Formats: sequence, C-alpha cells, structure tokens
Amino acid sequence: MNNNVIEVKNLTKTFGDFTAVNAITFEVKKGEIFGFLGANGAGKTTAMKMLIGISKPTSGKAQVAGFDVFTHAEDVKQSIGYMSQKFALYDDLTVKENITFFGGIYGLSRKRIEEKRCELVEDLGLKDIVNQLVGALPLGWKQKIAFSVSLLHDPKIVFLDEPTGGVDPITRRQFWEMIYKAAHQGTTVFVTTHYMDEAEYCDRVSIMVNGKIEALDTPKKLKEQFRAENMNDVFLKLARSPSPTLTNGNEVNTDKN
Amino acid sequence: MSISVSNISKSYKNVNALQNISFDVKPGELFGLIGPDGAGKTTLFRILTTLLVPDAGHATVTDLDVVTHYKAIRNSVGYMPGKFSLYQDLTVEENLHFFATIFGTTIEENYDLIKDIYVQIEPFKKRRAGKLSGGMKQKLALSCALIHKPNVLFLDEPTTGVDPVSRKEFWDMLKRLQQKDITILVSTPYMDEAALCDRIALMQNGKILEIDTPAAIVKHYPKTIYNVSSNNMYQLLESLKAYKHHYSIYPFGEFVHYSDKRTDFNTEDLKAYLESRNLSNINIEKTAATIEDTFMELAK
Repeated sequence: MNNNVIEVKNLTKTFGDFTAVNAITFEVKKGEIFGFLGANGAGKTTAMKMLIGISKPTSGKAQVAGFDVFTHAEDVKQSIGYMSQKFALYDDLTVKENITFFGGIYGLSRKRIEEKRCELVEDLGLKDIVNQLVGALPLGWKQKIAFSVSLLHDPKIVFLDEPTGGVDPITRRQFWEMIYKAAHQGTTVFVTTHYMDEAEYCDRVSIMVNGKIEALDTPKKLKEQFRAENMNDVFLKLARSPSPTLTNGNEVNTDKN
Repeated sequence: MSISVSNISKSYKNVNALQNISFDVKPGELFGLIGPDGAGKTTLFRILTTLLVPDAGHATVTDLDVVTHYKAIRNSVGYMPGKFSLYQDLTVEENLHFFATIFGTTIEENYDLIKDIYVQIEPFKKRRAGKLSGGMKQKLALSCALIHKPNVLFLDEPTTGVDPVSRKEFWDMLKRLQQKDITILVSTPYMDEAALCDRIALMQNGKILEIDTPAAIVKHYPKTIYNVSSNNMYQLLESLKAYKHHYSIYPFGEFVHYSDKRTDFNTEDLKAYLESRNLSNINIEKTAATIEDTFMELAK
C-alpha cells in the first residue's frame, strides 16, 4: 500500500515567461507534519494553490489524497481542510454559527454537525463562549477554533497558512499540541510559512528558492547539513539570493490563474 | 531621556489596552517592545507619536510632553506604523518627495541618512508604492520616516509578515541607524528579535512583564531547563504532562523544554519513566533559557 498522501512530480506553473514553480518533486506521508517554506515570491503560494485544486498546473503531476489535481480538483477540495491566518472564521457570526456554517459548507448532515459541535465544545472548553461573536474573541482562541473547524469533515490533509503568526508563545504551543494530536490521529498537516520558529516543529521541511525546492529534510538534518544553529540560519544560507520579483523591474502577478 | 513613560493607561470601551505602563529610553538606545498581538504595543506607539491621548499618566519624547507639545514632537520624530501607510497611488520617488516637503526639507538634504536603504529601492523609483513587494514597501516606509532626520524613530512591527532574509537586512539597517545618534523604539512579536535590542520590555495584555537587557532577562529564569526528545512528540508530551513532578512543559521545535519541581531532580528518573511509557530514543540534556521561556514563565 502506498502511504503517501501527497505526491508531486515535476510540478510547474508559468505566468507568461515567468516560471513561478519550476519542476518541484516531493512526497508527504500520512500523518506527517510537513513544512513548506520559502521567501516572499519564492513560489510557495502558487504551489499550494495547485495542491488545493484552485490553480491548474502548467505541467507535471500532483496527487493529493489520491486524486489528480489536474483532473479531479473538486475531489481534492472535498478531502482537504484549509486554514489561513488572514481569514479563517466569520467575525460577525458566533462560534456556534461558524461551526454550523462550515459544517454545512463541507456537506455534513445536521446530526453530524451537532455531534461535532458538542465534541469541539468539550475538547476546547468552549462552553462559556460558544454563543459569543468570534470577532470579540482573543486571537489565540480564534485560531484554535479555526483549526478545529478546518478538521470538521475529517479531511485527510489540512493546509495551514502561517497559522501562529502574532500569537503569544503559550497559545502558540497549545496550537502546536493540537497539530501534534491531529497528526497522531492520522491527519497529514501541510504548513506553509516563512516563520522559521514554526518550521522547527515540522517533521520534515522543504525550502523553496526562486520556484525550486532547494532543500528537503528533517529540521535536525538540515541544521547539520548547513552547520546552522536553527532553521532561521538554514533559511538565510539557502535563500540569500533575492527573489525574482525583487531583482527585475517587471511586476509579476501570480494571483491570476 | 529620549522617551519617558510614566504610569500611562488607556482603555477602549471594555478593553484595558494599557495598564499603568512606565519605562525610559535613553538617547541613542535601541529599545524593543516584545509581545504578541493585543499586548498594547500599537496603542503605546500612538500615544508616544501624539496620535492618541492617554486616559492617565504622563509621557515625554525628547523632553516634550506628548499631550501639550504634540506639534513639536511631530516635527522631531519618525513613525513607521504597522500597517503600510504610504500613498499607494504615488510612485516610490513621489512618496519620498511628498514626505520631505511636508517636513520642510528635501531628499538631497538628508540623503546620506537614507542612502543605504534607498539605493536598494531606487531602481524602482518610478513604480507605484502599491505595486511593491513587502520587503520593498518596508524599505520605502523606513526611508519616508527618516527623511526629516528625526531624533527618535518609532517602528511598529516593521518585520511582521516579512521573510527571514528581509528581516535580517532590516535589523542590520537599524544597527547602522543607531550609530547615527537616532534613538529607536521598535516593537515585534518575534521573540528571537529581542536579542538584537539593547534593552527590551516584555509586554502582554496591556502590562509590562519585565524590562532589562536581553542577557539579563534570560538569567532571571528560576529553573534549570532540559531539552527532552524522543521518537514520538505527541506521546512524549502526553507522558510528561502525566508525570507528577513537572514544573513546566513547552514544545520547542524538535524538543520539549522541561523543568522539574524537585531540587534534587535526576534525569535518569525521568528517562526511566519515559521508557516505561514505551518511548524510545530518549534524550535529556540541559539547555539555556530563552527569552520565550522567560516570557512564558512571567505570563503564566
């Protein structure tokens, strides 16, 4: 049995004559916490958009949760969870309403949503705040709830985009404990970030520089390989060359598909 | 003192953004406010740059009172807000020219101060500010905040959302500015940047937890910390939590920072316990406390 939840081979995306993602190849195993790193403009976002089925690759192959991102993008979307630091929950809805809303979006039955809600309230100790507007909650709470909401439909993989930026150190660690638990239960966790302290928590990390994966290993081995004290130093040694959006004068808009 | 803050408080509706904050920043010092979102850093910056009036307490910047002498302060300080606040529709060059004119000076007059920074974005001087990358916006904002040769520079989370390469470049720039006799107050949520400041204030929920040099702050940590690792992080954490002698348990990347309640703690006991929980590849080694350890201890 193949134990890989993500399989990427020579995945490439070009915008005009600019190659945002240049033939990247990697695999991610079931239950692995995989860090996907790169400087601004290195191509992380473009690569992740292909993996979550919202951007078509120019060439190469990628299978996510057993589905081809090129031909079965909709199936990919059903099998993944996604959480971004920038947008995760609706501030104008209560915690309960957010759970119901996202449960509905993910196609869960009313009964299942109800079960999941009770489970979540119990696990996170939300009893006192379940009827409060999400906008009024501290950032740390929002992020913990957002992470749980992204797991409502028991996805095979959850994609996290800079999940703990700006969060206080204690809450950040509670968040990582939730991630460890999810991974322990078999969910694959794919973390995109340029916060190097987040990278230290991953089982393996890849570092993208100018559209290519220049390094891929456990944080420990990368630190040994680059004779660096921490992942920040590893990153600095690898990503010294500025990104293409900084060196040439032509603006490249990678937001367009 | 370049900046003197005494018993400042500020609240919004039912949030106490700042509670009785006091500290001083010496001339030429690089002083860091270190804390997560919601600590009150931005409120403090807005009070010191005269954009917000405190509910209670006093503050002076270059010996001028922030409430009564706000006009004089505005002329002598530079402020780089956390949110990009330049004119997106003006080009790089137009923004810089605009700020120079507002302050009654010219780009040429103080060019030597911004040269190091500005040369990096000068090739794009005809580009609109809104079209710049994050790192370039940050350099332009810093240039605009410096163009009138301020005595004090306020930088509110200048490196948030910026990748490690640009972050390092930015701190190198700050060190060079400091040598030009500019006092710098900078805030950051990144604990690893604390070590780059002369002195820091650790902040959380509107309060200052501690003020000192980064080296002195880590020395105050009350316990010996051990790096613990094993073959399974999740089970390691669960096992340590179930170990009744634990004082603190915090994941730190590939390790767990563990400290023990007992004064006669022996690592062999812990190792034997973890082995009894079916963990393998167990490694326990003493490690030095970091700013983050101290922050968590104080914030408990």
